[in-house]
Amino acid sequence: MTTTEIGSPRRRKEDARLITGRTTWTENVTLPGMLHLAILRSPMAHARITSIDVSPALATKGVVAAFSGRDVADVQGSLPCAWPVTEDMVHPDRPPIAVDEVRFMGEAVAVVAARSRAAALDAIAAIEVDYEPLPAVLDMEQAIAEGADLVHADKGTNKGYTWVFDSAEAGTGGDAGAAIDDGEVVIRRRYVQQRLIPAFMEPRSVVVDPTSDVYTIWSATQIPHILRFLVSAVTGTPEHKVRVIAPDVGGGFGGKLQVTPEELIAFVAAKRLGRPVKYTESRSESLVSAHHGRDVIQDLELAARRDGTVTGLRVKLLANMGAYMGLVGPGVPILGAFMYNAIYKFPAYRFECSGIFTNTTITDAYRGAGRPEATYAIERIMDELAVELEMDPLEVRRRNWINAEEFPFTTVAGLAYDSGDYAKATDRAKELFGYDELRQEQQARRDTGDSVQLGIGISTYTEMCGLAPSRVLGALRYGAGGWETASVRMLPSGRVEVVTGTSPHGQGHETAWSQIVADQLGVGFDDIEVLHGDTRTSYKGLDTYGSRSLAVGGIALYNACQKVIDKAKPIAAHMLECDPADLEFTGGQFRVRGNPDGGRSLADCALAVFAAHDLPDGIEPTLDADAVYDPVNFSFPHGTHLCATEVDTETGRVTIRKYVAVDDIGRVINPLIVEGQVHGGIAQGIAQALFEEAVYDADGNLMTGTFVDYTLPTAADLPEFVTDRTESPAPDHPLGTKGVGEAGTIASTPAVVNAIVDALRPMGVNDIAMPCTPERVWRAIQGGAA
Amino acid sequence: MTRVSMKVDGVDYEDDVEPRTLLVHHLRERLGKVGTVVGCDTSNCGACTVLMSDADGNQQGVKSCSVLAVQAADRELTTIEGLSGPDNTLHPVQRAFHEAHGLQCGFCTPGMIMAAVDLLKENVDPTEQEIREGLEGNLCRCTGYQNIVRAVRAASEEIRRGGGDAEPAPPSQRAGEDQTPDSGLPRQDVPDETIPQPVP
Repeated sequence: MTTTEIGSPRRRKEDARLITGRTTWTENVTLPGMLHLAILRSPMAHARITSIDVSPALATKGVVAAFSGRDVADVQGSLPCAWPVTEDMVHPDRPPIAVDEVRFMGEAVAVVAARSRAAALDAIAAIEVDYEPLPAVLDMEQAIAEGADLVHADKGTNKGYTWVFDSAEAGTGGDAGAAIDDGEVVIRRRYVQQRLIPAFMEPRSVVVDPTSDVYTIWSATQIPHILRFLVSAVTGTPEHKVRVIAPDVGGGFGGKLQVTPEELIAFVAAKRLGRPVKYTESRSESLVSAHHGRDVIQDLELAARRDGTVTGLRVKLLANMGAYMGLVGPGVPILGAFMYNAIYKFPAYRFECSGIFTNTTITDAYRGAGRPEATYAIERIMDELAVELEMDPLEVRRRNWINAEEFPFTTVAGLAYDSGDYAKATDRAKELFGYDELRQEQQARRDTGDSVQLGIGISTYTEMCGLAPSRVLGALRYGAGGWETASVRMLPSGRVEVVTGTSPHGQGHETAWSQIVADQLGVGFDDIEVLHGDTRTSYKGLDTYGSRSLAVGGIALYNACQKVIDKAKPIAAHMLECDPADLEFTGGQFRVRGNPDGGRSLADCALAVFAAHDLPDGIEPTLDADAVYDPVNFSFPHGTHLCATEVDTETGRVTIRKYVAVDDIGRVINPLIVEGQVHGGIAQGIAQALFEEAVYDADGNLMTGTFVDYTLPTAADLPEFVTDRTESPAPDHPLGTKGVGEAGTIASTPAVVNAIVDALRPMGVNDIAMPCTPERVWRAIQGGAA
Repeated sequence: MTRVSMKVDGVDYEDDVEPRTLLVHHLRERLGKVGTVVGCDTSNCGACTVLMSDADGNQQGVKSCSVLAVQAADRELTTIEGLSGPDNTLHPVQRAFHEAHGLQCGFCTPGMIMAAVDLLKENVDPTEQEIREGLEGNLCRCTGYQNIVRAVRAASEEIRRGGGDAEPAPPSQRAGEDQTPDSGLPRQDVPDETIPQPVP
C-alpha cells in the first residue's frame, strides 16, 4: 500500500461549494407548485385537547389545507423506536401530530399548507384549540415515587425500563456489592448531567415531492437510509417507492439521528395534497422540539484499597427519556454502561439504569451519547478518591489503568479493548501542559491567598467507536446492524466514482474517502468523486453517527478498492501477455515483478473493460466493486486532556487558562480534519461544563427556547486549544483507524469541572453542578447550594 | 406591497415586497440568493450576515434577518455569492477559511466569512482577541472557532501583504458562468508548514 495521501492534511473538497454559497441545503430546494408547511405546537407541557378547529386557518388567504392530528389519525402512524433495550420496555404510541393529548411543550397539534411560508405562519395563528391542563411530570425522582402523576396514564408507570449489567452475573468480574461492603475506602457521589440541546446550526428542514413515480424526501438528516426504511415501515409505503436525499446537511451531533414528527408530517401532507411540500423549522421550534441530550442523574459508589487500587464500582442511573421513546434514546445510557470502568482495571462492576418518562422534549443521542456521561462521572470520582487518599490524581489513575503491554484487554464490562498507551499520551500531555510548573503556581497562589485561584483538571478517557459489530448490537436488542457499504465505480476514462453508505454533515468524507481511494488505486485525488446521501445512488448504508464512518465505512471502502485491483489484474495480465501471478500493483500501475517499465495502468484496464473487445475468456467486463464490512470489534481511541482554569473567587468567573488534548485515535487519514473534530468536540464539552443547560420551569415550559437563553459559546468564550496525538493503530483492520468524532466532547467536560473543583478544594468545595456559571461557582465558594 | 430597488452582487433588482418581509427572506426567496442562510430567529447566530451599504455608500456587515427588505431600498449589497472576484478568484478570507480548515458543516460559513470581511475592513490587522470579540455575533457549532481565528489571521496577513484592503472585488458579469461544478478551487499544494503543530 502506497501512502502519499493517507496522513496528508488535504484541504477539503467540500469547501469549494461551502465558502462560495453554492451549497444545497434542504431549505434551498424549491419545486414547482410547492406548498409551505407551518406547524402549530402545544404551549403546554401536559394537556388534553378538548377541541380543535382548523377551519379558521382554511379561511386565511393562500391556505390550501389545514389538518389536526384527528384528521390524519388513521394515516400518520406512530414514530419508531429502534432500540427497545429490554423485552418489557414501555413504548407508548407517538403520533407525529398529537391526537387527544399533548405531553410536552412544542408537540405538534396542527398543520397548515399554504402558498408561502408567511401565509402558513399567519394561518396557524388562527387555529382554535382548547386544552384541559393535566399535571406535568418533570422531576425524575418524583416521577417514580408512589402515587406520581403519569405522563402516559394508560401505561400505569413513568418507568420505561430498567436495564442491568452485573459483572458477577455476566462472568466478566466480581461482585461489586461485596467489594463496596468490604472497601477500605468507599466514595459515594451523585452527579447530574444537565439537559443539553445539540443545536446544529442548520435548522431541520424537509421537502417531500409526491409527484413522480416515487416519493422523494429531502431531509436535513444524518440517517437517509434509516429514514427511508422507517418512513416506509411507519406509513406502509413500499420501500422501493421512497427515495431519501440528505443533501448538504449543516451539522448533526446526534441531533439529526432521528426520525422526526416533521418528516412524517411533511410526508403525510404531500401524499394527501399530491403536491410538493416544504417544512423548515425556526430556531425556536428547533430548540423545543428537536430531541435534547444528556439529562441523567448518576449515583456512584467506588470502593478502593488505601493504596489507591479500585476494587469495585456500582452505578445507578435515572435517565430522562422525555415524553416518549426516541429512535435510539433508550439505548443512549446503555452505550455508557460499558464505559464507566473507562481505562481502568476495575475487578467488579454493577450498572443499573432506569429510563423515565417526563413531560419534556424527548432525549436522544447527542455527541458521545452515553460515553461523555460515563467519562464525566468516573473522572470526577477518581479525583475524589485521590483527595480522600491524599494522592496526586494522575497517580491514582496510573495505579488503575491498563498498561500498554496488557492489550488486548478484556474489561469488567466485557469489552475487548484493542490497543492503546495511556502512559504515553499522559506523559505527552503533561509535557505540553507544563504540569509541574502549573502545580507550583497553584501552590503559590494558595499560599498567598490570591483572589484568583488556579485549578488543574485531568481527564483520561477511552471510548467505544466504530458502531458496531452487528452481533453485539443484536445482543443489545438494537434494531439494526452495524455494517457499512462502499462501492467503487471505475469510469472508462480512469476517473473514479465512490459510493458510500455513510452520510456526512461536516465530517469531510468526500476528502478523506478520496484520500483512501487515491492511495489504494493510484488515481489522482481530484479524479475521484464521492457520492453519498441519496438512496438512489447510495442505496444501502447505515449512515453517520457514533464515530463509525471511517472506522467502519472506511474499511468497506478499502476492501472495495482491493476488489477493483483483483478484478483488473487478469485484464492487465492479458494486455501484458503475462501470468497474473507475476504482476504487482503500485502507484496505479500493474507491472511485471522486477520490471519497472512497460506496465498497464488501472485506467488502461478501465478503458479495456469499457470497450470489452479483447478480454480474457470468462471475464466480466467491469472493474466495479462493492464491499460490505461488518466490524469484528469496536475501536477504542483514548487520550489525556489537561485543563488549567483560573477561578475568580470574588466573582465566581471561570477562565480557561490552558487546555491540552493528546488523543490517540489510531492511524490518521487527514490530520487537518482530525484536528477540527477535536477542536469542535472540546468546545461542546466545555459548553456543557460552563455554559449550556436546557431549563424547564415548574409548569414544564422550556425557558431556554431561543439562542438568547440557550447560550452556545462564541469565539470570545473559548480559549485556544493545544492538540497533539499519539498513535496506537487499531489492530483489527487494515487502515488502523479508530474514530475521532466524539473524543473531544467526551474528554473535555470532566477536565474543566475537575479543574474548577481543584482550584476551590482549599475552600471546602468538592462539587459544582454544571454548567458552572459564575453564580454557581460563587455560591459554592460561599458554602451555599452547589 | 412596496416597490423596492437594490443592487445585490452587482445586479440591479426591482421588486414589489410585503413591508414585513425580512431582507434575508427577500434575498433567498425572491432573488434566489440562497447562499445566505437563516440559522436562528433572534439575531444571535449571524449566519445571515451580508454587507450592505450605508448612506455614504460604505458596505458594512448586517444581519439580514434583522433588516427589513424595504430598509435595503436603494442600497448596494454583497452576499457570499458575490464575494469572489472576476474569474471566480476567491476573496482572501474565503481562501483562508479553506486553507486553515475554518469550516466543517459550512452552514455558519457564509455569515462567518462576511463578518470576517467586515471585521478586516474595519481593522486590517486584528489581534487574536480582537478577532474573537469581532466574531462574537456569529455562532459556529463545529469548529470551536480555533481554525476560524487562524483563518482570519491568515487573511489579514494576505491582505496586508497585497497592500490592499478587504473590500470585495468588483462583481464580475461572468461570475455566474464561473460558478460551475468544474470551476472548483485553485489546485492545492500542501505545504508542510501548514500542518498543525502543537505549541507547548
